[in-house]
Amino acid sequence: MEVTTDTQKEWVLACHTTDVPPNGGVCVKLGDEQVALFYFARRNEWYATQNLCPHRQQMALSRGMTGTQEGEPKVACPFHKKTFSLKDGRCLTDEHECSITTYPVKVIENKVYIGLYNPVAIM
Amino acid sequence: MKIVIIGNGMVSYKFCEKILSKTHATPPQITIFGEEPRPAYDRVHLSEFFAGKTADDLLLAPASWYSENNIRLHLGDPVQHIDRENKTVHSYKGINESYDYLIFATGSAAFVPPIPGVDKKGVFIYRTIEDLELMRDYAPKAKRGVVIGGGLLGLEAAKALLDLGIPDTHVIEFAPRLMPRQIDDAGSRILQSKLNQLGLEIHTNKNTSIILGDDTITGLQFADDSVLEADMLVISAGIKPRDELAKLCGLDTGHRGGIVVNDHLQTTDPAIFAIGECALHNGMVYGLVAPGYEMAEVVATNLSSGDKSFTGYDMSTKLKLIGVDVASFGDPFTGRPIVYEDTMKGIYKRINVSDDGKTLIGGILVGEAEAYNMLLQTAKNKVILPPNPEDVLLGARGGATEAGPGVLGLPDDAIICSCESVTKAAICQAVEAGHESLNDVKKCTKAGTCCGGCVPMVKDLITSTMKAQGKYIRNVLCEHFHYSRQELYDLIKVKQLYTFDEVLDTYGQGDGCETCKPVVASILASLWNELILDKGNDTVQDSNDRFLANIQKGGTYSVVPRIPGGEITPAKLLVIAQVALKYNLYTKITGGQRIDLFGAHLSDLPSIWEELIAAGFESGHAYGKALRTVKSCVGSTWCRFGLHDSVSFAIQIEERYRGLRAPHKIKSAVSGCIRECAEAQSKDFGIIATEKGWNLYVGGNGGSKPQHAILLASDLDSETCIRYIDRFLMFYIKTADPLTRTATWLNKLDGGITYLRNVVVNDSLGIANELEAEMQSLVDRYKCEWKEVVDNPELRKRFNHFVNAPGEKDPTVKFDHLREQKKAAEWK
Ligand code: SRM
Ligand SMILES: Cc1cc2nc3c(=O)[nH]c(=O)nc-3n(C[C@H](O)[C@H](O)[C@H](O)COP(=O)(O)OP(=O)(O)OC[C@H]3O[C@@H](n4cnc5c(N)ncnc54)[C@H](O)[C@@H]3O)c2cc1C
Ligand code: SF4
Ligand code: FES
Repeated sequence: MEVTTDTQKEWVLACHTTDVPPNGGVCVKLGDEQVALFYFARRNEWYATQNLCPHRQQMALSRGMTGTQEGEPKVACPFHKKTFSLKDGRCLTDEHECSITTYPVKVIENKVYIGLYNPVAIM
Repeated sequence: MKIVIIGNGMVSYKFCEKILSKTHATPPQITIFGEEPRPAYDRVHLSEFFAGKTADDLLLAPASWYSENNIRLHLGDPVQHIDRENKTVHSYKGINESYDYLIFATGSAAFVPPIPGVDKKGVFIYRTIEDLELMRDYAPKAKRGVVIGGGLLGLEAAKALLDLGIPDTHVIEFAPRLMPRQIDDAGSRILQSKLNQLGLEIHTNKNTSIILGDDTITGLQFADDSVLEADMLVISAGIKPRDELAKLCGLDTGHRGGIVVNDHLQTTDPAIFAIGECALHNGMVYGLVAPGYEMAEVVATNLSSGDKSFTGYDMSTKLKLIGVDVASFGDPFTGRPIVYEDTMKGIYKRINVSDDGKTLIGGILVGEAEAYNMLLQTAKNKVILPPNPEDVLLGARGGATEAGPGVLGLPDDAIICSCESVTKAAICQAVEAGHESLNDVKKCTKAGTCCGGCVPMVKDLITSTMKAQGKYIRNVLCEHFHYSRQELYDLIKVKQLYTFDEVLDTYGQGDGCETCKPVVASILASLWNELILDKGNDTVQDSNDRFLANIQKGGTYSVVPRIPGGEITPAKLLVIAQVALKYNLYTKITGGQRIDLFGAHLSDLPSIWEELIAAGFESGHAYGKALRTVKSCVGSTWCRFGLHDSVSFAIQIEERYRGLRAPHKIKSAVSGCIRECAEAQSKDFGIIATEKGWNLYVGGNGGSKPQHAILLASDLDSETCIRYIDRFLMFYIKTADPLTRTATWLNKLDGGITYLRNVVVNDSLGIANELEAEMQSLVDRYKCEWKEVVDNPELRKRFNHFVNAPGEKDPTVKFDHLREQKKAAEWK
């Protein structure tokens, strides 16, 4: 079992809080990677996931619609409406669908940072 | 009580789950020896490993589950010897373990026929995660893949080869047809033609005699001396029960394999049981998971002071093979067949009826298998067939009565979910106890949690049971709003709410979801006709509305400018051509008499529209649940039969209702005479010129269930015609359920067209003036929403792929070429 500590995370500046439409998402370019960043204005919560929808391998999740299911935050892919938990990335509409990667987010003075576990991947 | 289980596969795990759920005076001590390196995983969905699932995703339960339940699990440690006299087992790693009861759950191995050369490099079997890892590593080197075996597993393996990127894949079947045990010749022919379309080459009647090559496979030679070159081979010719250990300790086994068991699943040693694919019951080895689970249930019950017998199992199967549904149930081959075959669509259906025509014995479905569950239950439970048995296959034709007795007609003990053996009674009881959603029923009965095939039937049972209880099934939106669309429309109007957040705060709970957000967004737009991207309402719009364009394969968008009535000047055509060239867009004339420009990058959309708007175009709302096109024939200005100027009227109507948002999209057409070249009778509202004026038709639909529009009023003058349309559309907008076209809405409307005619023409509700006034105010507030975006720098910013690199295009977007234009690259 691999243990990850906070120090292994690389916090990368993504954008300003005002760049993200309330209750919506944007796509952030981090090196060669695309990360979808979501802002739940009603709950003042931020989430980040891979932008790629595993279903048909489409770079689309940032354009998806956010919402909740029994309190759990989720995003629905614009293509076929598969929905994914923003907490742990699992697919809520189809248990056989692959999960998506989620990333931690922190906001400091109106700046949004995304925590990447593997800084090498974005070099 | 000490129980030792040999094997930790699917059935072994299920046995643990079952025995733990029963009550015991003292809990049993369970020890498991598993040969594979990981705990039991979902072999049924093994192929999803190639679709990106990891070994961990496939686990039925993590190792911690076993320890939490006090089960000792030894992995990578096969049992090698059994001492029946002293009741102990001895493992490879040297563990000795004594037992009161021993359970064989050793499953089976792939059967490899004794063909010379099966040990060459490049030859694989398809059973474990390790097998798949080996294939995955080898596949990049392979150009042509071959699968020996055209049965269930063989075809699945062939699909795996396609998924691994080997486009040239062949299937070899010894029998004259595919899936010889499940389907007949005609079904196999249809299946074969469908698989051919997907790029699989099928060879039937082929007997492989040698696998060619030095130490690596280079091809196959057949009994007829023909040769097929190949550099990768998967053998999937059947299964061989793992009975070697049982044989070794003197238990009876079948001469074609399998550990002999009685109805209690006891072997010839009463302290030893065998369950799952290794057991031979009544001459049968069951190669499916559901009978194995039933065996687990029987032994778990008998070891927990219950009494249960295994009396055989129905081998009906339904599977999705590479996008082709195939199902076979009961006895697929005998009885009196009724057959439906559609070689155009690739559909084959056969049901076998008993000689007296009263019951269903079995059947086969290829290409379309929606009816599988219902047919299976009808056969299993010997439900009496309707007087014309073909009705269960084709649906009742000519009359309005439903074919067959419906789900509630099934007996209580009908097994609805065969994986988890959940009966109809169990599901109905759960619903009666208040579990009224699919999720709740799944949770408390486990029905539908394994292969999911029974889910449609479970849903039917939930609604039918609730209806039978006299419950009014409230048509509420979702967990966030306990109102129907119509109720919400009225509430929002009365309270004068303008944003999704206000509506949620006032009438909902939670944070909304992809179901309620677009509905509320559409209601707000229908009520107030404000810019849909304003006031934070942008993120509650359906994705296409949010970006004012339809998203396409690959993530680019389409641009559809409005071309009212299909009339366009050469100068405007030129502008479209220039824009298409400049932004490299694929152009096509649509079925709606206008031009669609495909393949636009998100960040190009505002500039494209800026140029189009400057030339006098406006949004065509092709992305919205809104008015689309008003098609028109050329009419009296040119046509020798034309009675009125259909083009002018179509333009007038299209401009009146452009941008009008509704529960679903709305289409219209105007024809200049009864020859009907504009196909007005297939539209939500259609107009046909008569000697005296216009006939107005409503509730037509194309799409998958085409329906002709019905005449609402005849010989109207233009002004009255428009007033009736105002009333009709407003009434529809106010009362329809979400995503319901006018045709479906009218079909469900109590009193149908007579009622609608009373409301619209005779003003029976006294609301005609109000409806007209509401429509007029929407018409007055119309603005082209693309123009508003183009003119607003803040809104334009939203049309970027990367928030931190505006203007930069998504580098993953790929195009191919076709007939001198581009097309979206194929997706996975
Ligand atoms: C472009 C076009 C096909 C073409 O190349 O001709 C088209 C393309 C699409 N149609 Fe269509 N339909 C097009 C004419 C039609 C027609 C024919 C017509 O309007 O005369 C029909 C049948 C008539 C009808 O609607 O009653 C039609 C019935 C559908 C349906 C089924 C509607 C139904 O009631 O069952 C859908 C699905 C839906 O709306 O939910 C659909 C949905 C779609 C979507 C929006 C699917 C999507 O979400 O990506 C397609 C993308 C359009 C785009 O621009 O990206 N399209 N579609 C036609 C555009 C017409 C236009 O100028 O706006
Ligand atoms: C690719 C594929 C697709 C399938 N699709 C379907 C489907 O769609 N529907 C369906 O119903 N069925 C399907 N099946 C069949 C289904 O997986 C089996 O019926 C099911 O796994 C049988 O469970 P089991 O526990 O009897 O055997 P297994 O799952 O094979 O488990 C037996 C375990 O015992 C171990 N073992 C053997 N000998 C020893 C020993 N001496 N000591 C310790 N351990 C030992 C084996 O290594 C194995 O791990 C499919 C099978 C495959 C391979
Ligand atoms: S419907 Fe046909 S015949 Fe009539 S006016 Fe139009 S084009 Fe002419
Ligand atoms: S591509 Fe995301 S749901 Fe299909």
